[in-house]
Amino acid sequence: MNAPDSTAVAATDPGPQVPLLQVTDLQVQFDTHGRTVRVLDGVNYDVPRARTLAVVGESGSGKSVTAKAIMGILPPSATITSGRIELDGVDLLTQSESARRAVRGARVAMIFQDALSALNPVLPVGYQIVEGCRRKEGMSRAEGRRRAIELMDLVRIPAAKARVNAYPYEFSGGMRQRVMIAMALARDPEILIADEPTTALDVTVQAQILHLLADLQAERSMGLILITHDMGVVANTADEIAVMYAGSVVERGPAAEIFARPAHPYTVALLESIPRPELRGQRLAAIAGSPPDMSRKPPGCPFAPRCPHAMPVCSTTVPATIHVGARSGAGHSAACHLLAMDQQPVSEGQRANHQHFMAQPNPSASEGRVAP
Amino acid sequence: MYGWYILRRIAGMVPVLLGTTFLIFLAVYALPGDPVQAIAGPGQPIPPATAEIIRAQYHLDDPLIVQYLQYMKRLLTGDFGTDLNGQSVGAVISASWPVTLKLALTAWVAAGVIGVALGTFSGIRSGGVIDNGTLVLTTIMLGVPYFVIAYVAKVVFAVKWKVLPPSGVAEGWPLSYILPGAVLAIFLIPEIARLTRASVMDNLRSDFVDTAVAKGLDRRTVVGRHVLRASLLPVVSSLGLSLGYMLSGAVLIEGIFNLPGLGYAMFRGINQHSGPTVVGIGTLMIMLFLLISLAVDVLYGVLDPRIRLV
Amino acid sequence: MSELIPEAGDVLDVIQGTEQPATGARLSNRRMHHVLRRPRVLIPSLLVLLICLIAIAPALFAGWFGHGDPHECTLGNSGKPPQSGHPFGFDIQGCDLYANVVYGTRTSMLIALVGTSAALVVTLVLGSLAGYFRGAVDSVISRTMDIFFGFPSLIAMIILLNTIAVRSALTVSLVLALFVWAPLTRIFRASVLAVSNLEYVTAAKEIGASTPRILFKHVVPNAVGPLAAILTLTMAGIITAEAALTFLGVGLKAPTISWGVQLNTAQRYFTTNLNLLIFPSLFLSVTVLAFVMLGDALRDFLDPKAER
Repeated sequence: MNAPDSTAVAATDPGPQVPLLQVTDLQVQFDTHGRTVRVLDGVNYDVPRARTLAVVGESGSGKSVTAKAIMGILPPSATITSGRIELDGVDLLTQSESARRAVRGARVAMIFQDALSALNPVLPVGYQIVEGCRRKEGMSRAEGRRRAIELMDLVRIPAAKARVNAYPYEFSGGMRQRVMIAMALARDPEILIADEPTTALDVTVQAQILHLLADLQAERSMGLILITHDMGVVANTADEIAVMYAGSVVERGPAAEIFARPAHPYTVALLESIPRPELRGQRLAAIAGSPPDMSRKPPGCPFAPRCPHAMPVCSTTVPATIHVGARSGAGHSAACHLLAMDQQPVSEGQRANHQHFMAQPNPSASEGRVAP
Repeated sequence: MYGWYILRRIAGMVPVLLGTTFLIFLAVYALPGDPVQAIAGPGQPIPPATAEIIRAQYHLDDPLIVQYLQYMKRLLTGDFGTDLNGQSVGAVISASWPVTLKLALTAWVAAGVIGVALGTFSGIRSGGVIDNGTLVLTTIMLGVPYFVIAYVAKVVFAVKWKVLPPSGVAEGWPLSYILPGAVLAIFLIPEIARLTRASVMDNLRSDFVDTAVAKGLDRRTVVGRHVLRASLLPVVSSLGLSLGYMLSGAVLIEGIFNLPGLGYAMFRGINQHSGPTVVGIGTLMIMLFLLISLAVDVLYGVLDPRIRLV
Repeated sequence: MSELIPEAGDVLDVIQGTEQPATGARLSNRRMHHVLRRPRVLIPSLLVLLICLIAIAPALFAGWFGHGDPHECTLGNSGKPPQSGHPFGFDIQGCDLYANVVYGTRTSMLIALVGTSAALVVTLVLGSLAGYFRGAVDSVISRTMDIFFGFPSLIAMIILLNTIAVRSALTVSLVLALFVWAPLTRIFRASVLAVSNLEYVTAAKEIGASTPRILFKHVVPNAVGPLAAILTLTMAGIITAEAALTFLGVGLKAPTISWGVQLNTAQRYFTTNLNLLIFPSLFLSVTVLAFVMLGDALRDFLDPKAER
C-alpha cells in the first residue's frame, strides 16, 4: 500500500499567472553497485515568478537532486523515471539535450555550495564569469572583461577591476561565493537556484550573501530557489517554503503561513530546533532518530518512525497532500494524515514560541523589509 | 612574487649540481685503483711517460679537493678534457650535439602528442575500446626491451619495406629521424598516457565540471577547456622532466641506428675505453638534465598559479 | 632510476615539494587473501612465482628437451635454427640456446634480488630516520635524495660501470641499487611521516617506550605497505636496466650466462639468425611484464589514492 493518494496539490500563488517553474511528481532513481535506490519519490513544487522559494530539508532529503534534475546535470547513474519539470509551461524533460543546454545558464542558473571546488582552479575568475555569455553572444575579450567587471561590481566584490584576472584561490570564501553568483547572473537568467550557498561560510558572511541574493532577486525580478537545511536562514528571505523529507515535499506554502501555523510535524520539529538566544542554557531540541535509508524505505509516511503524533495508519498508507487552513487560495498544503482528521499537531505552547520567533527583529533585515 | 619563486628554485638547484658533479668526479678520479688507469680506461696498457703526462695534466698528485676544484674550473671554461687520441672532447661534443638534439626533440614532441592523446581519450571513455587498447599497447611498450623493438622496426621498415633508412643521417630530418625517434618515443609514451588518463579521470569527477555544464557549455568545451586545462598540470611537469630522459635514451638509440650524436660518441668512447670522453659527455648531460628540471619548475609556476605560493 | 620505473607520482612530488602521505595501510592477512584472489593480481603472481622457480632450479626446466647443459657446445652447430631436441636452436658458440636462455633467468633474478634488497636496506634505514626524526636529519637525507634524483640514471650508471674494472653480478647489482634507493626512500619516508603522526605512536612515546622499539614495532611495520607494490616495479626496472647496460657493453660480460649478454651477441647476427634475438627477448619481456603487471595491480589495490 505504498501508492500515494491521487488528490494532488492544487493551489498556486494568487492570480492567474502560471508559475515560472513547476515540478510535478518527479521521481528519480540511482543505480549504484547494482542496487537501485529511489531518491525522489514524487516531488511537487513550483516557483512563482520573481519570488523566492526556500526548499528546506535534512541532508539526503533530495533537495539537491531535485535542483540538479531541473538543471539537467544529474550524474549518469541517475534515471528520471517519471514526472514533469515545466519551465513556462514547457516540459524540460521532453526536450532534446541541445534545447536543455540552451536553457542552462541562459534561463535557469545554479550556484553550488562549495565555491572553492566549484570553480576551476586554473582559470582566472573573470574568464569563468563571462565564459558562458562570451560564447553565446560572441563577445570579444575586451568586452568580456568589461562585462566581468560589471558583474563583479554587481555582486559587490571590491576592487573588481584589479581582481578580474585573479584566480579563485586568491579570494576568501565569501568573495568566492559572490564570484559564483556573478557567474550565474552573467546571462540574466529568469531563475537562480542556490544550493546551500551559505553552508560553507561563517555566520557574518552568511548574512551578507543572503542579503545580496535577496537584493539581486528583487532588482532583477528573478525567481530564486534557495536550498538549505537551516530554517533560520530562510526566515527573512523566503516568500514561499517547501519542506522536503525523504524524497518528497511534506509541506508547502507561503513563508509567513508556515512559520505561524506549521502543519506537518516535521516542520514543527524543524522550527523548534532553531537555536534562539533566549533558550540559552536549555538543551537544544533535536529531532530524535535519523532520516530513513532510501534503499529500504518503510511503507507509509516516511516520517512516521520519528513522528510524535504517529498513528497506525501512518505506517501503512502514504498520506495525500491536503490543503491547510480556511483561506482559499492561500496555497498552504501538507502531506499528513492528521490534517485529514482535522487535528492540529501544534500545541499552544509551541505556537506561542513560533510567533515569538517571528516577532524577533532579524539582524540581516534591511530597513522596512517585512516578509509578505 | 613570481621572481622569488624562480630564485628559490635556482638556489635549490646549486647544491644538487655541486653534489652530482662531485660524485662523477669521485667516480672517475677517486675510486680505489689507479686513477691513471681509470682515465685511460681499464685494461689499457700505459707507457710510463704517458702516465707522467697524465698525472701532471690532471693534477693527480694534489689533494682530492684541489683536484675537484681544478676539475670544476676546467668545466666552467668549457674544457672537457682530451681523449686518448688527442682529440678535444669539447670538439667532439660540438660536432655531435645537433644530432642528439634533433632526435630527442622529435621523440619528445611525438611522445607528448601521442601520449596525451591516448591518455585523454582513454580517460574520457574509460573502459572503452581505446582505453583497453591503450592499456595493452603501453604494457607491451613497457615490457619489451627497446633494442628488440628497434631491431624489429629496422627489419620491417628499412629492410623489408624499404621506406625508411636503416641507419645514418644521410637523409637528414625528418626521414632519418623517424624510426629512431619513434623507438625513443616508446620510452615515454606509456608513462605520459597513463598519467594523462588518471588525471583526466580524476578531473572529470570534479565539481567545477558540474558548474561548467550548468553554465550551458557544450561537452566539447567542458572537456577541452576545463578538464584538460586542469588535467594537464601533472602531465606537463612530467613531460618537462622527460626531456632529460630523452637525452639519456638517445645514448641507447643512436648506437643502434648509427646516428652520430652525443650518445654515439659516448658509446664509441665506451667501446674504445676512452674515459675522458665518457665522463665529459656524461657530465654535460647531467648538467643539461638539471637545467631542464629548473625550466620545468619555472614553467609549472606559470601554469599553476597556486604553486607560486610555495 | 625514476625514468625506468613508471612512477608518475614521484615527478609531481619533486616539483611541488609536497608529498602525498601514504595511508600507511597495514596489510592484514584477510585483505591480502582478498587481494590475491583477483585475476589481475593472481595471474602475474603465478607468473612471477614460475620465474622464481626457474631461477632457483634452472636444471629442472632446462632439461625438458633433452639437452639441458648450457655449456655443452659444439662449434659445428653454431647458429643452427631450431630442431628437434633444441627448440630454440643454437647460439654462436654452438650451445643449446634454450638451456642458455633458461639459465639466464637465474642471473637476472639474482641481480634483481640483490639490487632491490640492497636498496631496500638503505631505504628502510634512511627513510625511517628521515620520516621519524625529521629536522636536520631529514634535511640531509632529503638533499642527498635530490642529488640522486638529479642524475639521469642510465648515463650515470654507464659512467660508473665504465670505471669499475670488475663487473660481476654483485657489482652490477650494487651500482643499480645506487640509483634505485632514492625513489623508494622518498615513498617510504612519506609513509613514515604519516604513520609517525598517528595516535598510537604518540601513545607509545608517552608511555616511555624506547625509540628503537617504537621504530621497529610500530612505525616501520605500518609504513611498509606502500612499498610492496613499488618493490615489484623496482625489480622490473632493474631487470630492464641490467639488460640495457649489458647490451651496451658496460654490464655483465661473457662467460656469464645472461639475457643481456645473449642480446649483445645477437646484435651482429640478427638479420641472419633471428632466433638469437627473439628467444632471449621473449623471456626478458615476459619476466619484466610479469613484474610490472604485478606491481601495477598491487599498487591499484593497496593504495587507491596513487595515480596509475
